[in-house]
Amino acid sequence: MAGLGAAAAGGAALVVRPGDPLPASFTSLGTGEATIGFHGPRQAGVTTEPPAHAAFVALTLNRGSDRDTLRRMLRLLTDDVARLTRGEPALGDTDAQLAVLPAALTVTFGFGPGLYQAAGLTSPVADLPGFSIDRLQDRWSGGDLLLQICADDALTVTHTQRMLIKDARPFAAVRWVQRGFRRSPGVHAAGFTQRNVFGQLDGTANPKDAAMETAVWAPDGSTTLVVRRIRTEIETWDLLSVADKEAAVGRRMDSGAPLTGTAEHDEPDFTAVDDTGLPVMPDFAHVTRAHMTDPRFKILRRPYNYDEAPDSAGRPDSGLIFASYQADIARQYLPIQRRLAEKDLLNEWTTPIGSAVFAIPPGCSEGGWIGERFLDS
Amino acid sequence: MLTVAPSRRTRSAVVAAVAAAFALSGLAGCANSEAKTDTSSTGTSGTGTSTAANSNASSGTNTGTTSTGTDSAASNTLTVRDPWVKAADTGMTAAFATLVNNTQTDVTIESATSPASPIELHTMAMKDGKMVMEPKQGGFVIKAGATHELAPGGDHLMLMSPSAAVKPGDELAFTLTLAGGGTVAFTAVAKPFAGAQESYDPGMTMPSASAHS
Repeated sequence: MAGLGAAAAGGAALVVRPGDPLPASFTSLGTGEATIGFHGPRQAGVTTEPPAHAAFVALTLNRGSDRDTLRRMLRLLTDDVARLTRGEPALGDTDAQLAVLPAALTVTFGFGPGLYQAAGLTSPVADLPGFSIDRLQDRWSGGDLLLQICADDALTVTHTQRMLIKDARPFAAVRWVQRGFRRSPGVHAAGFTQRNVFGQLDGTANPKDAAMETAVWAPDGSTTLVVRRIRTEIETWDLLSVADKEAAVGRRMDSGAPLTGTAEHDEPDFTAVDDTGLPVMPDFAHVTRAHMTDPRFKILRRPYNYDEAPDSAGRPDSGLIFASYQADIARQYLPIQRRLAEKDLLNEWTTPIGSAVFAIPPGCSEGGWIGERFLDS
Repeated sequence: MLTVAPSRRTRSAVVAAVAAAFALSGLAGCANSEAKTDTSSTGTSGTGTSTAANSNASSGTNTGTTSTGTDSAASNTLTVRDPWVKAADTGMTAAFATLVNNTQTDVTIESATSPASPIELHTMAMKDGKMVMEPKQGGFVIKAGATHELAPGGDHLMLMSPSAAVKPGDELAFTLTLAGGGTVAFTAVAKPFAGAQESYDPGMTMPSASAHS
């Protein structure tokens, strides 16, 4: 693990003795001052590198919401986000000092089926069908409006969440909030696949570059988001040997390589058999079940870990805020999810407890607002 | 063992402290919430009087749905940055902005109008040991090259009797009239703002802390 991390960072570990001055890389404000542009034909926070911290905030619109209330709400929230992502306080920001370090802040707006209903429009997304593995709870499911807030600093996420909820409050109630985290900036090289709380590299098969374009974006700059809260049963996962864990996933725990390869990004060979004649990549392994080669059928996973307080017996409340972006849920997400629900050994140690779907409308230009294309007509 | 009483007591203490802070900053009876009353500079950054480092303005960019001057000469004179209004279902409310004097001479705003409400220029002043709001005699003077904050707790445009609810997200038009007759028009968005909890009693010209329930 240590060797892997050092290799990924491409340099020797920094060791500072007590009393020594800190190296420049320890004191640079680069992380805090980083910004990601908000305006454009596509929303940020989708194919941009996921920063370390996220809050997924789902809101329920007030009864009687209509295009007028949606327009007013989305104009307010868009203006807040345009300012906050530049590292400037929102109008009427009572904690303006907290806005000045955006730390690569992005806020991505997602519209649930209920928002389209309130606007008198046909929703491009529908709730997922139920799966046999689901143990969904209302408190983690559904939502009319999603604000996906991501930044490399947890306090920036907290302030942004507070500001946006304050401005959304005349229009909507908070339905659920899921806070999540990944590795912090500087811990390993950008683009390095994150580990989840099971210790697995998570996101290896994500489409990149041209394949990502195809998988994620519709021609109008929209996409869709599936958010699933997946509890990890770490107490029983702990009972497994490393070989058992690797068989369940189909990848090595240390390198993330498929069981038929040596490096993380080696293509798995599903035809390979061992000396007993059994497939090296087990039929029931997560990778075998989820694998897709055609980018039109791939999804972009952008998950975050969660880890709430354990119970009195020390049992963790941990898991994954699974977030996947794809141009078309029915074409891309559902076939994968159906196969995983049917047969995926990893299901033994994972339980979906929340589920929500959102359309991610196109971005907007300066002075515009998210949703204007169809709400302003 | 925890009982209910201590937490209640704690909460009451917090409420009392907040109420006291409001009273000190002259909140009661006016649309103000923050302690900052300085009009040309703040204590936060130690900058001089010509450039206010403030809590609401953006850092040097004129952004979003902010100012649109109709009188080009006057709007070259004065820039209205980051204007907003406190949303209010009923009664009086206030508008805020950052005013930037782009010229080498002082600029005086004599009055303001809006289709939404009669407007008065208000300031905060110490009266009998309390901060209260009152009409600004002589209007707002923005020094040459300076920035002047209209902010909660300080100078503001008071909407004396809005003809309709000012709903969050509404856009309200305003026109400032300068000494010499020039005008500057701008549009301000209404925001929910919980900081100003005081009641807006139109009949109350000398508000007291008791107005804050």
